Amino acid sequence: MPARPLSPHLSVYRFAYTMSLSILHRATGIALSAGLLMLACWLMAAAAGPEAYARVTAALAHGPFQVVLAAWLVAFVYHFGAGIRHIFWDFGYGFEKPQARASGRWLVIAVVLVSVGLLYLFFCPTGVRP
Amino acid sequence: MAEFLLPPNSRINKNGKQHAAPAGAKKPRTFRIYRFDPDSGENPRIDSYEIDMAACGPMVLDALLKIKNEVDSTLAFRRSCREGICGSCAMNIDGVNTLACTKACSDVKSADVKIYPLPHMPVVKDLIPDLTQFYAQYAAVKPWLTTRTPAPPDSERLQSKEDQEKIDRPSACILCACCSTSCPSYWWNSDRYLGPAALLAAYRWIIDSRDDATGERLDALDDAFRLYRCHTIMNCAEACPKDLNPAKAIGEIKSMLAEREH
Repeated sequence: MPARPLSPHLSVYRFAYTMSLSILHRATGIALSAGLLMLACWLMAAAAGPEAYARVTAALAHGPFQVVLAAWLVAFVYHFGAGIRHIFWDFGYGFEKPQARASGRWLVIAVVLVSVGLLYLFFCPTGVRP
Repeated sequence: MAEFLLPPNSRINKNGKQHAAPAGAKKPRTFRIYRFDPDSGENPRIDSYEIDMAACGPMVLDALLKIKNEVDSTLAFRRSCREGICGSCAMNIDGVNTLACTKACSDVKSADVKIYPLPHMPVVKDLIPDLTQFYAQYAAVKPWLTTRTPAPPDSERLQSKEDQEKIDRPSACILCACCSTSCPSYWWNSDRYLGPAALLAAYRWIIDSRDDATGERLDALDDAFRLYRCHTIMNCAEACPKDLNPAKAIGEIKSMLAEREH
């Protein structure tokens, strides 16, 4: 008898808040690990002397790197927030469905607000600020 | 290792059949249903059936029975009690696992009603998944009372009302497999992760005041895969047609293990 087919899973299951927030937590975790390479570059340059530091800082100031840094910042904010949500679960709180839905909603709201604030703080040129 | 794409023999082919509504249908609605015929040697396909909802019962199971009785008798699915207590008609309806008998067609938001078997399971035929492993995982948590102390000579092993209430909800599980097959962790690791249904059953016996094997039960679960593949995604609690909460039960098992360490 030929092998039984596997029923469809990812392609048919509705992407509710549950799966979406969970996979984002993983994705941002991976992004943060990858971003550590950039941080390591910057630190090594700082240790290597003023010339190297100036070169790396100038490179990081370029448009594409600024976009990556901004995305890294948002990933950090999300991962940090979702991590706090997980700590509450680890202590046994927030497992009821209405609680989990509410904490998911608050997580998204908090991530948006904090990200906008931090992006403004770090990326808005000081001259433009009111 | 997680396989995100379906294996070649499981991909949907494009030869799905169309069954139009009968002439004069007042409220036609299309049901798009996963079909797999093990005798054909062909890949699974999606057949669509246009049903007159004016001449059909309200539940998805009513529509499936109407299709089987009046349109296409080759459609295979499990069903029995038609009132949400046997767990036979668990399937993926409109993207979420639930029981066909308690899901109203009018609650399906999409225009078409899409019906698939429980996700990431071997398919026997059409909407019938092979649940052998699921049942083996249930058996692996030894879902029966284990005692060391002798029963009182003149009565049953009694429980206080409070102790009984602890196992009330977890005992209401009907083993329909909606939760386990909604869990991405179970999709990727069902060979080693027990899944929400089996863990909810384990929890039900761990907290049973009459059971003497709590320590052994916790020992058996203290494993990186069997228990700890749960990442609190919460799909299980959202899917459960009996409104139970396996995620919470698993969280409490983890807490008990953590407390035991210290």
